[in-house]
Amino acid sequence: MTDFFSTYVWPGLIILGQSVLFLVVLLVLIAYILLADRKIWAAVQMRRGPNVVGPWGLFQSFADLLKFVLKEPVVPASSDKVVFLLAPLIAVTLALATFAVIPVANGWVIANINIGILYVFAISSLEVYGVIMGGWASNSKYAFLGALRSAAQMVSYEVSIGFVIVTVLLCVGSLNLTDIVVAQSAGLGTMIGLPSSFLDWHWLSLFPMFIVFFISALAETNRPPFDLPEAESELVAGFMVEYGSTPYMMFMLGEYAAITLMCCLTTILFLGGWLPPFDFIPFTWVPGFIWFLLKAGLVFFMFAMVKAFVPRYRYDQLMRLGWKVFLPLSLAMVVIVAFVLQLSGWGAPGA
Amino acid sequence: MSALLASYLPIVIFVGVALILGLALLVSPFLLAFKAPDDEKLSAYECGFDAFDDSRMKFDVRFYLVSILFIIFDLEVAFLFPWAASFGTLGWFGFWSMMVFLGVLTVGFVYEWKKGALEWD
Amino acid sequence: MLGLQAFFFYIFAFIAVGGALMVVFARNPVHSVLFLILTFVAAAGLFLLAGAEFLALILIVVYVGAVAILFLFVVMMLDLDLGQMKKGALRYAPFGLIIGLVLLAELIIAATGGAYHPELSQTTALPMQPLYELSNINALGSVLYTRYILFFQLAGLILFVAMVGAIVLTLRHKEGIKRQSISAQNARNPATAIEIRKVESGRGL
Repeated sequence: MTDFFSTYVWPGLIILGQSVLFLVVLLVLIAYILLADRKIWAAVQMRRGPNVVGPWGLFQSFADLLKFVLKEPVVPASSDKVVFLLAPLIAVTLALATFAVIPVANGWVIANINIGILYVFAISSLEVYGVIMGGWASNSKYAFLGALRSAAQMVSYEVSIGFVIVTVLLCVGSLNLTDIVVAQSAGLGTMIGLPSSFLDWHWLSLFPMFIVFFISALAETNRPPFDLPEAESELVAGFMVEYGSTPYMMFMLGEYAAITLMCCLTTILFLGGWLPPFDFIPFTWVPGFIWFLLKAGLVFFMFAMVKAFVPRYRYDQLMRLGWKVFLPLSLAMVVIVAFVLQLSGWGAPGA
Repeated sequence: MSALLASYLPIVIFVGVALILGLALLVSPFLLAFKAPDDEKLSAYECGFDAFDDSRMKFDVRFYLVSILFIIFDLEVAFLFPWAASFGTLGWFGFWSMMVFLGVLTVGFVYEWKKGALEWD
Repeated sequence: MLGLQAFFFYIFAFIAVGGALMVVFARNPVHSVLFLILTFVAAAGLFLLAGAEFLALILIVVYVGAVAILFLFVVMMLDLDLGQMKKGALRYAPFGLIIGLVLLAELIIAATGGAYHPELSQTTALPMQPLYELSNINALGSVLYTRYILFFQLAGLILFVAMVGAIVLTLRHKEGIKRQSISAQNARNPATAIEIRKVESGRGL
């Protein structure tokens, strides 16, 4: 009986505790990311943004949560009710599930699996289901068109995200996210004799891919300027038009969780994860997860600024950018990176 | 149980917690909120009109083409993953093997570009 | 912790079988596809339990993330008439039965072949390093591109044929579409875009 407790119950409870803690911190962070998004957008347009609930509007997101929970849930009569309610559940669960393998500092990860990056790639390729199912089940023309657009868009940019991940893998030789970060402690900078610094991270050595990944991440998460699925001026709210109350909020939560994930992933793949920008005191005094949060926050700031600055793409332009610019560019980069690594022998020795 | 499977157990628990959280959010307004449904409220939104016809309609074959092309490129990426992971041990033979594979698919890509399959109209 | 492994095996196996049955029996074709996705995910879980983590995730990426989306597109948006479909379904039953039986026979032969020819399994299988020495994906990568290069290149050719075939079968250009040409737009300058004409008063152009 004690054996049962020591092999099943205690490890299980520890993991459960970690998971709950991680998710609570993540959700609070997402609440503030949402607020930051609104504040940044407002600041660019010289408005104040939400500033009534709490000091500087700091409790705005929590007030919104309360409001959504107390709103009347409307399930349209002509909809497919089970799929209609399943769609937001799938959207939010999948978006949160990807965080299980994200390392926020050395060893600070829920599940340190061998092929973490493939897990993230696989689960985020499923996020399109929430959109398609929601749009179809609503049985409304706007929702249907939004779902259709969104599916084709997310699918198109996933290809280039896949190629970008492959270029990073070529340099690292492992699919483990922790290994990917650790591999960035040596790189271009150390090669010319400098101490370990931010010049070693992949953003410099794989520079065009960093940009391609960032823009593809915008498209993959339906962020402006690629927010055609919910283009409010033509499709009202796209696939979410029939949703209200918490099902609507869950779509929003899923979207912002996916955005947060993309920020974390950019940080891990290109910005050295939790590594400090300079490998000497006082930078090494700052704990790793602070660096991680700072970098992910910086990437999110860029996400928010793009939303504020850039007008929405037309659909044919969006597809052209994905298929005719990013796809050949990233494919060519895979070949070039592989060739350079093979020629110079810089590649990871492999397992 | 092997170490491999043990490393996946936390994911199961994590997804379980996320699912419970999502369910709690989904169910809460049905329990808490005020409800007064009527015909108009429950009809699909169509700028104030009653819906003209069923919203599920036939659409452009181009969307199918995009998803077929996506499957092909997704498989290409799937083939690239193990290659990239064991790149350091494969040597020039493994390198050229993949280059031929990519070359064949690039020919296909050029074909679809020239045919205008990537144009959106 | 073998008990836990068996527990998950039965859960995934039950979901896979139940989902596959629902694919056949669900009345709405979209629900059928959704159950098919559930079956794929359960199959990925079974792969994982067998230690094939790479195959499990590739199954999700390719089948759930790509193939099933195509199925959903086709089924959701083709405006299917259910009554029409049910009528024709019985005519195809013999074909389905034959294909099912062939598949079953193949599975049985593959699973029990070793019993008749014990040396068969030695000739086909490459001795692999155990999984605790080499991760799944590296084990695959170390042989797929060199030892099995022929199959790998054939897979590339199949993808090529699929790409060309999809274009030949589905691509139809609409007439009278004006397309955007970025290079032409960028190459415009006042000299080529503007023409200044002297207009005499009262005459017009």
